[in-house]
Amino acid sequence: MKIQPLTEDSLIVYVGEKIEREVAQQVSVATQLIRQNLSDKVIDIIPSYHSIHLTYNLCKTNFFEFHALLRQLLANLEQQSVSIESSKIIEIPVYYGPEVALDMPIIEQHTHRSAEEIIDIHCSELYTVYAIGFSPGFAYLGNTDKQIAIPRKITPRTRVPAGSLGIADTQTAIYPSESPGGWQILGRTPLNLVDFQQDSLTPVNMGDLVKFVAIDKQAFLSLGGTL
Amino acid sequence: MAFKVINPGLISLIQDFGRYGYQHIGVTTGGPMDEHAFLWGNRLLGNAFDTAQLEITIGMLQLEVQQSTVIAITGADLGATINGLAIRPWQSYPVNQGDQIAFNRPKKGLRAYLAVKGGLQISQQLGSAATVVREKIGGLYTNGKKLAAGDVLPYPVMSPSVVQPFVSKRVPEQFIPDYSAPLILGVILGYQCDSFAQTEIQKFFSNKYEVTQDIDRMGYRLAGEPVCSSLDGIISEGISYGAIQIPKDGQPIVLLRDRQTIGGYPKIGCVTALGAARLSQRGPGTKIRFAIKDIHQAEAEQMIYNRFFGIQSKR
Repeated sequence: MKIQPLTEDSLIVYVGEKIEREVAQQVSVATQLIRQNLSDKVIDIIPSYHSIHLTYNLCKTNFFEFHALLRQLLANLEQQSVSIESSKIIEIPVYYGPEVALDMPIIEQHTHRSAEEIIDIHCSELYTVYAIGFSPGFAYLGNTDKQIAIPRKITPRTRVPAGSLGIADTQTAIYPSESPGGWQILGRTPLNLVDFQQDSLTPVNMGDLVKFVAIDKQAFLSLGGTL
Repeated sequence: MAFKVINPGLISLIQDFGRYGYQHIGVTTGGPMDEHAFLWGNRLLGNAFDTAQLEITIGMLQLEVQQSTVIAITGADLGATINGLAIRPWQSYPVNQGDQIAFNRPKKGLRAYLAVKGGLQISQQLGSAATVVREKIGGLYTNGKKLAAGDVLPYPVMSPSVVQPFVSKRVPEQFIPDYSAPLILGVILGYQCDSFAQTEIQKFFSNKYEVTQDIDRMGYRLAGEPVCSSLDGIISEGISYGAIQIPKDGQPIVLLRDRQTIGGYPKIGCVTALGAARLSQRGPGTKIRFAIKDIHQAEAEQMIYNRFFGIQSKR
């Protein structure tokens, strides 16, 4: 573990060096520990793949003190074991039909597999939420099966519809709101993944596990999906 | 009572101190680009430090006053007038029903702040009224929209005793920044600074960089001597306010209020918060320099600043 100061009121904790499920678990545990013990001093917290970015309240602490508190709190992080089973599993319904799977033909061509096979492979995995960022509620999930890995688009789309499910390399993610983006789109969820009017804001959080469940067009529409 | 928007100008946004505590779900902070000018606006009126104001970029905003109150204008000199009479920034003014407040074009600086006694009364979203257009959050209609003609911006009713007799308050000259003075930005080395060779770091701190046309609330793209990291990209990680991202072309990008929460480009370090606020008043073509800043010195300066403006919570 490495703690590095960044600005007059922010620092970053590097928990590991690679994108790994184990590192993601440690980030998740460390984030919980910080929330439980230092929330009076922390303003903002951004957990990501292998790091935790913290903004702290200069009216209540300073780098010297905050750094010492963090060191103490996270000293035994490597020894903390948290089983994957304890994570929440969130099921996300996805319609993989041709009207919404904008890049399915490209993915089929690239992977030499049929749409049915690609959907089966995509739905068979249990994904870890590695990070949330880029835009509100955008969850970076991994890892997809290498059999369906495909690079992101050379020229990103200027407009990806809200709810679109994309893949890029061995990652997968849903665009919670309409935005530009370069991931290859293979389906769409009817779920609203970021709702500023709701207390929970987003159903998916860092460290959770996600499972995609294929639904048909009728179910998609009845759950509020739009084509 | 309220201001009625006659002409929204180029980009006029409702901003308060910013939206804190939601970066873990990807929600950026927003808030005033020039926090120093913003805080003076509230201070001149005796408002709480985080009271909502208008941030007027470039100018051309025109408002009609619907009931007497007191306003303060700080930040850039955008040629403001009340009923056609020129007024100076960094000062408070009484306004009466029917008065027209107008901004023209930048004379010095880019962003002016208009504060009103008691603050604009705007519904908060995630604890803030700050407008972030990209995220469709905050602002008058809680949908991230910039001001439009016909919008009505409410403020509290002031009893006549508050307004009359009126004593104008002005920011002491020594606290008014010169937005056309040469700018040296303090940089705290950090993030991937070790991935830049000594010669690259020297290049970065000994050359001038020019502010390009590509500047917005998300970040400022600069142009100059390219500097290179030995890394192509990095594992995406949280981004600090003021972080200096160096993409492959070697041209620095300083990330500001509406920055994305996480990113994957190498960063050489971060501009101090006080420096980032000063940068945001500079337009395309401005030359700037960077200088290494000690983190403890930056921390001490920020603490003095926080105390001066009565910032008790948040940043």
